[in-house]
Amino acid sequence: MSSTNSLARQQAAREGHWRRLPLIDNPRVRWGLVLGAMVYLVLALASVEVNWARVAEGAGRALNFLGAFLQPDFVSRQSDIIAGLLESLTMTLTSTVIGVLLAIPVGLGAARNISPLPIYAVCRAIIAVSRTFQEIIIAILFVVMFGFGPFAGMLTLAFATIGFMAKLLAEDIEDLDWRQVEAVRATGASWWQTMNHAIQPQVMPRLIGLSMYRLDINFRESSVIGIVGAGGIGATLNTSLSRYEYGTSAAILLIIIAIVLMSEYASSYVRRWTQ
Amino acid sequence: MPVSTSPQGAPLWQRRTTRAQWLQFAAWLLGISLFLLCWKVISDNTMWVFVEDAGRQGSDLISRMMPPRWEYANVLWKPMWDTLNIATLGTALGIVMAFPVAFLAARNTTPHPLIRSLALTIIVSSRSINSLIWAMLLVTILGPGVLAGIIAIALRSIGFVGKLLYEAIEEIHPTPVEAISATGASRLQVMNYAVLPQVMPAFAGISMYRWDINIRESTVLGLVGAGGIGLQLNASINSLAWNQVSVIFVMIFATVLVSEWVSARVRHAII
Repeated sequence: MSSTNSLARQQAAREGHWRRLPLIDNPRVRWGLVLGAMVYLVLALASVEVNWARVAEGAGRALNFLGAFLQPDFVSRQSDIIAGLLESLTMTLTSTVIGVLLAIPVGLGAARNISPLPIYAVCRAIIAVSRTFQEIIIAILFVVMFGFGPFAGMLTLAFATIGFMAKLLAEDIEDLDWRQVEAVRATGASWWQTMNHAIQPQVMPRLIGLSMYRLDINFRESSVIGIVGAGGIGATLNTSLSRYEYGTSAAILLIIIAIVLMSEYASSYVRRWTQ
Repeated sequence: MPVSTSPQGAPLWQRRTTRAQWLQFAAWLLGISLFLLCWKVISDNTMWVFVEDAGRQGSDLISRMMPPRWEYANVLWKPMWDTLNIATLGTALGIVMAFPVAFLAARNTTPHPLIRSLALTIIVSSRSINSLIWAMLLVTILGPGVLAGIIAIALRSIGFVGKLLYEAIEEIHPTPVEAISATGASRLQVMNYAVLPQVMPAFAGISMYRWDINIRESTVLGLVGAGGIGLQLNASINSLAWNQVSVIFVMIFATVLVSEWVSARVRHAII
């Protein structure tokens, strides 16, 4: 089928009609996908209700907001911003440290090549639960349990960190160089010594890089979970938006962007240095 | 090699030099004190009475959630459809906008370094602001509803898709580009026939991956009023109907698992 097709294409090309190869070979699948996408698009767009009067009313606000970005107001709510930022940063750091420390045993347990099946199943289940739910849903539950404030936020971020780090660490351990482990075992090393001298040196650079990356993610998330009362700059941002103080909101957003940029540069530097 | 001598004069092997040892000690000291300092800030801002109460609160919460009110699921089909629409339309809109931005941001296809830094700024600002914050902004501007959710997801997706796509563009093979330019093709033709076919599989994979993430994110956008199942979640939490909340959690869990499976299958088929 495909060879006659390509022959026909060559013939057509000699006559000067060249067309590029389609992305999907089978024409039925190709047109079926296009048709399906069209039908879905019509159905989906039909079910989206838009209140155009409200949108038109909001257009002025959008302009106000853009204007506020040109003149961010760092001063009038300075103490709130600083308090929120401090909370966010401390939450980020402690949650990353605690999360990574807890993720290491879970990650070791979730690597099929070094752990027995029951432990593997339990650790994989922990990872699945931690990864499926958004941070903000976990934050709601933790706020109910532990009360408002940064403690609930810290636990939320630590819990999310466990799933993320443990999954990547386990994958890293699963494809490490097994010969080094055998060499260390052949000297009569105990389990701890094997971990320490054969596995840890191989996964350490990536572990450090990933921790830096997670630090970055945790800061970004810490700016959100304040919406449900888990502390941090999110609460300040939410308040300023509902008070229509766009200058303050713009200032907070600019600060968040600046910090994320800085931490991205720092983490790429650290990753280059560890590898 | 770092060697010290024992009192008897025999050389002893050490792992690190004295200097490296001290440096390491200082780094650990600094790190641990920073951690303790941060811990102190958090602990000062925490009401520890509530934390001590957590076990009781947690078991109370579970007992209220426990027989889930399954018949509530019938109310949730429309919000679930809205959630899927927010994620899918948002992803579609996002990749349409991310596509040109990625070409402007890639070192080998950008028309001018100045435009490149502008495109990178767009990507970074979109990436550093969470979709919930985008949704909060858009709800104040556009009013609550699905539209705000779609645009929030789209704005957040620009950065993600744009970043991964421009990295893919920078890694393309240069020989097809040279071959096509040698035929006298214009800039656009070079993009179309030399660059695009090389990044198309990566582009499709990235889009599917982002769609999967967007499904997760769109389940919570309703918390700030941007439509979808999050609205029901918010309403149920506010009315303390925890047996409805557990039904919503089960639905979110199932949807996320299915979308993850679909996205993994499609990406597997593409790559």
